[in-house]
Amino acid sequence: MSDQHLVDDILSPKLEEEPIRKGFGRGLLKAGQVHEQVVAACADLTTSTAMDQFAKEFPDRFVEIGVAEQNLVTVGAGLAAMGKTPFVSSYAAFSPGRNWEQIRTTICLNDRAVKIVGSHAGVSVGPDGATHQMLEDIAIMRALPNMVVLAPCDSVEAEKMTLAMATDPRPNYLRLAREATPIITTEHTPFAIGKASVFAQGQDITIVSTGTMTYHALAAAETLFRDGIDAEVIHMGTIKPLDAVTLLKSVHKTKHVITVEEAQITGGLGGAVAELLSEQFPVPLHRIGVRDTFGESGTPKELLHKFGLTAKHIAMAAYTMLKEQ
Amino acid sequence: MKHGMSTEQLEKKANQIRQDIIKMLEHAGSGHSAGPLGLADIFTALYFDVLKHDPKKPDWDQRDILLLSNGHCVPVRYAAMAHAGYFDVKELLTLRKLGSRLQGHPERVRLPGLETTSGPLGCGLSQACGMALAMRMDKDLHRWVYVVMGDGELDEGNVWEAAMLAAKYKLNNIIGIIDRNNIQIDGPTEVVMPLEDLRAKWEGFGWHVIEIDGNNIEAFIDACAMGRAVVEKPAMIIAHTVPGKGVDFMEYDFHWHGAPPNHEQAKKALHELRTLQGKIRGEHE
Repeated sequence: MSDQHLVDDILSPKLEEEPIRKGFGRGLLKAGQVHEQVVAACADLTTSTAMDQFAKEFPDRFVEIGVAEQNLVTVGAGLAAMGKTPFVSSYAAFSPGRNWEQIRTTICLNDRAVKIVGSHAGVSVGPDGATHQMLEDIAIMRALPNMVVLAPCDSVEAEKMTLAMATDPRPNYLRLAREATPIITTEHTPFAIGKASVFAQGQDITIVSTGTMTYHALAAAETLFRDGIDAEVIHMGTIKPLDAVTLLKSVHKTKHVITVEEAQITGGLGGAVAELLSEQFPVPLHRIGVRDTFGESGTPKELLHKFGLTAKHIAMAAYTMLKEQ
Repeated sequence: MKHGMSTEQLEKKANQIRQDIIKMLEHAGSGHSAGPLGLADIFTALYFDVLKHDPKKPDWDQRDILLLSNGHCVPVRYAAMAHAGYFDVKELLTLRKLGSRLQGHPERVRLPGLETTSGPLGCGLSQACGMALAMRMDKDLHRWVYVVMGDGELDEGNVWEAAMLAAKYKLNNIIGIIDRNNIQIDGPTEVVMPLEDLRAKWEGFGWHVIEIDGNNIEAFIDACAMGRAVVEKPAMIIAHTVPGKGVDFMEYDFHWHGAPPNHEQAKKALHELRTLQGKIRGEHE
């Protein structure tokens, strides 16, 4: 779709790749340069959550918390109480994995605009194994009143998202991935919190994806197109609040939906879409994601294949769904 | 706001606050009795002497910050706030009722003058650290963050994470206050989860510790002044209080930690408090 200004050829083997978290790091640095109130805190993972540039440029606005995730978010709530816009980062398995109650009470119920950044989400974390592959973060953060849940598709979008978070008055959760992810958007691709992005227009089926899976969804759509299936691809950079208007408009047209995420479908994007459609416009729905199980060690590629999180799996699901009609 | 009240006047005020706590809890039919009664002297001292604040401008940007980390003791804060002029004393009887600004555990967004939402334990000191760090970043060095914690609350790991951080950053703009009343829901603290040697623990974590009789208003006011004078470390006041202080049948009895008085008990408690008028003093005085 031309107004989305994506890269020219999604399937090009020369497509540039970069870890999504690097885009967050650039965005945070820029946000720090523009907004004096932006501060950052990290729980002993400053470089791997890409906060190092900010910490170097603004040492007086950076707090090293140590390995203490409960402290990380509650110190964040205190910073926000005094007018700061704190970005607090760790691995998603630990924050929001370990400190959910503190987030609930001191950030959501207390209405403090803390920006929680969880890196290394999804099975594509790879060899570190199940303990570090956070899959339940979307579900637990979606359940919290006042929380905005964000999952960028590439490093370029992550940078824009981070800048938008810096001026958003609500608590936000930003979900990041470890591995290099193909860059599919450009600096001209529009972005706004709460707005779904229709990255490919089609008539036959709606593929709704988030985070790292949007690249695979677009690749699947290319394959399907060659087989005469016209898929619409909607990237949900914001999972909560869900852009129901854009989604329902698409589904009224296609009447078939596939959701794709590198997370538990229970409570995840799949859960969110199922909740919306079952109440407002029930149509055949297939949810691709992790199904009530944990990850394991392996290369990212092996794991994405094992858990059925590739373009091929998405295309197969589309063929099956349309054949059943 | 300096009231310039004498110790005797403060003690009288603390007694009124205790009576209101009893009335509020009886009317609510649920809530915690022992902690709020034990903390009445400290909250009177805070709101009527120690804190720089303005009840008419709860968001005043030069105010001292008071955090109540053990949110279940909030009746004492509500009563002290009402007496200080934040809202009408009549509103106290809405405690725990539907639609009330006085929630069973304090919610910041509902009542101006509360600084945080609390109840789940162990999160006050770390929020105080965030506030103190922000003040330092802004070179806002003429006010303090006071944070009241329960002793049972110190079982929470989050407290000790914050204790380390405050010492690391030498957050001398924090004054911690531990309500050392030796009880928690399941029994005496030293049975449920021993805290002693509590002083040595805080000193070992890099804090300046001041130990006082927490039912002695003068001693508490002095301790706050001492705490503010410490430059290189955060200060912790271990305030030894009597749970249920002022009501004989509640004092020292952990069963009153999480229970309210019924009508007969409230009557008896109020009678006792009226006859006690002006008689609560520090034991060593």
